[in-house]
Amino acid sequence: MNAREIPSAIRNGETTAKEVLETHLEAIQNREEEIHAFNLVMEEEARNEAERIDALTAKGEDPGPLTGIPVAIKDNICTQGVPTTCSSKILDGWRPPYDATIIERLRDAGAVIVGKTNLDEFAMGASTENSAFGPTRNPLDTTRVPGGSSGGSAAAVAAGFAPLAIGSDTGGSIRQPAALCGVVGVKPTYGRVSRYGLVAFASSLDQIGPFAETVADAALLLEVISGHDPLDTTSIPEPSLDLSTALTQGVEGLRIGVIDELSGGAIEGISDDVLGCLEEAVQALTSAGAIVERTSVPSTVYGLSAYYVIAPAEASSNLARYDGVRFGPRVDAKTTSEMMVATRTAGFGDEVKRRIMLGTYALSAGYYDAYYGKSQKVRTLIMNDFASAYKKYDLLLSPTAPTTAFPLGDKTEDPLQMYLQDICTISSNLAGHPAMSVPFGKGTDGLPVGIQVLASAMDEHTMFRAGAILEASNQGKS
Amino acid sequence: MNERISRDDVAHVARLACLSLTDDELDSFTSQLADILEHAADLDALELEEIEPTAHPLPLANVLRDDEPGAAADREKFLASAPQIENNQFKVPPALGDPS
Repeated sequence: MNAREIPSAIRNGETTAKEVLETHLEAIQNREEEIHAFNLVMEEEARNEAERIDALTAKGEDPGPLTGIPVAIKDNICTQGVPTTCSSKILDGWRPPYDATIIERLRDAGAVIVGKTNLDEFAMGASTENSAFGPTRNPLDTTRVPGGSSGGSAAAVAAGFAPLAIGSDTGGSIRQPAALCGVVGVKPTYGRVSRYGLVAFASSLDQIGPFAETVADAALLLEVISGHDPLDTTSIPEPSLDLSTALTQGVEGLRIGVIDELSGGAIEGISDDVLGCLEEAVQALTSAGAIVERTSVPSTVYGLSAYYVIAPAEASSNLARYDGVRFGPRVDAKTTSEMMVATRTAGFGDEVKRRIMLGTYALSAGYYDAYYGKSQKVRTLIMNDFASAYKKYDLLLSPTAPTTAFPLGDKTEDPLQMYLQDICTISSNLAGHPAMSVPFGKGTDGLPVGIQVLASAMDEHTMFRAGAILEASNQGKS
Repeated sequence: MNERISRDDVAHVARLACLSLTDDELDSFTSQLADILEHAADLDALELEEIEPTAHPLPLANVLRDDEPGAAADREKFLASAPQIENNQFKVPPALGDPS
């Protein structure tokens, strides 16, 4: 059953929230040991919540648009009283004293939170191998990674553990794992979804968004979690999205530009499989009435370099708070500064240390202008190039990830190779624009390929129009 | 653009970031950070003199809430997360002077 069908089935009495939950808990029981999508399965809390929802519907009340839908939550989103680890030892045992805004919105909409999903530590990575609790495996081929950093959430949806999941995307952390696991993943416009209660990685880039099996289900979840929140100062003062008409509107007459640099042009390393699927996606959109042509967005070539200065710089500042004073574990030492060094050294994994040092270096005296200052200017160039492109096109298109899911261990020794996984997704974060990944076709290895639809700021509506067409065409093929 | 980051640079940065590295870690982090920074050197090809930097994708302004009393965070709940507290305050080892 798709997520969208669950609330009406419960209201009609065809099933109950309890029954829906038990089906998913059974799927978790069967395969979780092999997949490791979750850091924590919240069985008891979920059962209580499902009972509450069934009691409401029995009284004839409507618990909301997500009535009885199980949702998995990335474990860098605060859940009151429930461990929130960011897959890091440095938050071992910490229980947040408050709920993230989106957790409250999900509950108010009738959703059933089933658990906290695994991620690359502090969302830094593209394979979910940088987790202090061990890697997540791709449900479609358990020798492969699910992508990352929201790999647990993507795997949870792909494995049928939950029809919906929440992730966060700083440089592609929703879209790339969605592509590698064959599900839909959306990074909304920066500020569209409240980040109150999201553990900060790079504050000018982070955005929360949905994972789902279908485009319509992703729209349903995004509608619930979007909208202004006074508790997040970067939250855009707009009401929640209404995407219902986008799903059936089609793409007739839309102008769509395929970003040449990311599609076999200037940037190397995009596999032939992926480029083949992109070509088919272009044909599908063209047959549906869109005007599709190749276009240049030149500065996307420099997005990766700018990102891997800006994101670590912001992370080095955000992660200064983990010092063993106010929360989390402490490693005792004779002085406060020795205690902080000992706590941080024991608590952070290698990738987090690497990024903290990279960011500290890029911000340090003598290097600030050469790295951080320069990267911020490149960010301006990227925004300008997108602005020019959106004068000519309603949407842009590219692959989501350069390859299909790669084997575990393939890139763990070479951080730069891992970073290159984000090459197609990063520019949307730097610009603050929305982008989504929709499964479209398969590689020669039989694993799914994701196509990325990019839109200008605030235009999720047009983005979903193309997403729906790609999905329909992809289903028609298989 | 710049000289390759040295082992001493990495040791210095680790100190600034309150991290302690073993000799082996210093070696591997130095070569990994050098590779990453070398990749970033492609930005040198760009003419950026006239370009304004962007720190943030939104045109942000300071946001002030209305000056009305509301529910405040519960102190007990926040203190409960701390490794050590005393008299409703966070407790740390000596911060000044010789600890011995």
